Amino acid sequence: MIPASFEYHRPKDMAGVLSILEEHGDDARVMAGGHSLIPMMKLRMADVPHLIDLQDVGGLAGITVGDTITIGAMVTQSDIILHDALADAAPILREASLQIADPQVRYMGTVGGNVANGDPGNDMPGLMQCLDATFTVVGPNGERKIPAREFYEAAYMTGREDDEVMTAVSFAKPAGGHAYEKQKRKIGDYATAAAAVQIVKDGGTCASASIAMTNLSDTPVYSAAAGDALVGTSVDGDAIKAAVSAMLNDIDPVEDNRGPVAFKRHVAGVILARAIERAWARA
Amino acid sequence: MTQKNQYKLNVNGQTVEVTAESRELLIYTLREKLNITGPHIGCETSHCGACTVTIDGKSVKSCTMFVAQAEGKEITTIEGLGGPDALHPLQEAFKEHHGLQCGYCTPGMITRATKLLEEIPNPTEEEIRFGMAGNICRCTGYQNIVKSIKAAAAEINAAKEAAQ
Repeated sequence: MIPASFEYHRPKDMAGVLSILEEHGDDARVMAGGHSLIPMMKLRMADVPHLIDLQDVGGLAGITVGDTITIGAMVTQSDIILHDALADAAPILREASLQIADPQVRYMGTVGGNVANGDPGNDMPGLMQCLDATFTVVGPNGERKIPAREFYEAAYMTGREDDEVMTAVSFAKPAGGHAYEKQKRKIGDYATAAAAVQIVKDGGTCASASIAMTNLSDTPVYSAAAGDALVGTSVDGDAIKAAVSAMLNDIDPVEDNRGPVAFKRHVAGVILARAIERAWARA
Repeated sequence: MTQKNQYKLNVNGQTVEVTAESRELLIYTLREKLNITGPHIGCETSHCGACTVTIDGKSVKSCTMFVAQAEGKEITTIEGLGGPDALHPLQEAFKEHHGLQCGYCTPGMITRATKLLEEIPNPTEEEIRFGMAGNICRCTGYQNIVKSIKAAAAEINAAKEAAQ
């Protein structure tokens, strides 16, 4: 498989990246790990006359853990899995990362690429919506922050402008119990359905719950109603049923090679119930 | 736009220079320009792992990297691990425990396994299966691959202990 010809750029800093983007406009695209973009280029579904490789741009690969957690766009899933302080502070990230693709792909796949790509199958967008993360992008007019819950407009359509580059994601250190539950047909496949859940327990009662779903619409789905259905309850069977039912009102899956709509809705319910149970047990 | 460029790579300890279009995938550079034919082209869609090489300490599917990205990097293929006269413990173990039948996936399997054993020197069966999940074998049913990697781990660990 041979992609269309392109000119390869490997700038040393963000100023270099931005000037190439400015010069070539729509004809230029940045690449992080390349494991979403290169397959699309090989299939000639993406035509990128000017490919900008971010690997030499400094300052994008850091992880800082405090009350606020910041992860640079070039941090890989493998970096996340191996980072113990991050796993202590926000264990849902390691749990989700371990369910993305396979070991080889996780060495290359980045947080920035995963969230900026806008593919509904990517796992990090739903995860970031669950965590109420903020994305930082930089463009010709400087830096801008966009909430993850407002970033996704449609498949591959996001709040990032073509001349902007994703540089980091950040979110408040999550509280309570977590779970990332994913049903997939095989290793390396995107989710048939996946759920990201964070639950805070106060005594025997749910004080807050955040729920987001992956690959069940043309964007990730943050379901405020599903979280609300758990708040104030003891997260018993009835509460979980109510949360699942609220979530099912918010998703809009389409039939594809992962199954018909009815099947996807069924799987979404099973996956969310499991995720809630596990997050509650850890809360 | 079919301009060719010079790329300098370090492959199995040797610095090599190749002339290629930037769109050339690393697996083609290795196989067709450098005659390093251990890494195989299986699915060519980032799934099967037959093209796995080690790049700067990471297991990478070389069908999903452009040669331009690999410039300046250290690349190890199965040829860099051991040869007929001095097999790598993993090669020896795959031979001994029937970790292969047709052999097509084997270079990628073994190259990936070297990295797995660096990260987890004494893996459980579950850790081996999880850590090798990016490599597909259609012959063995994986049973003997797991056995081979376990045996190689024991061999490598024993050699390390003896050296201390």
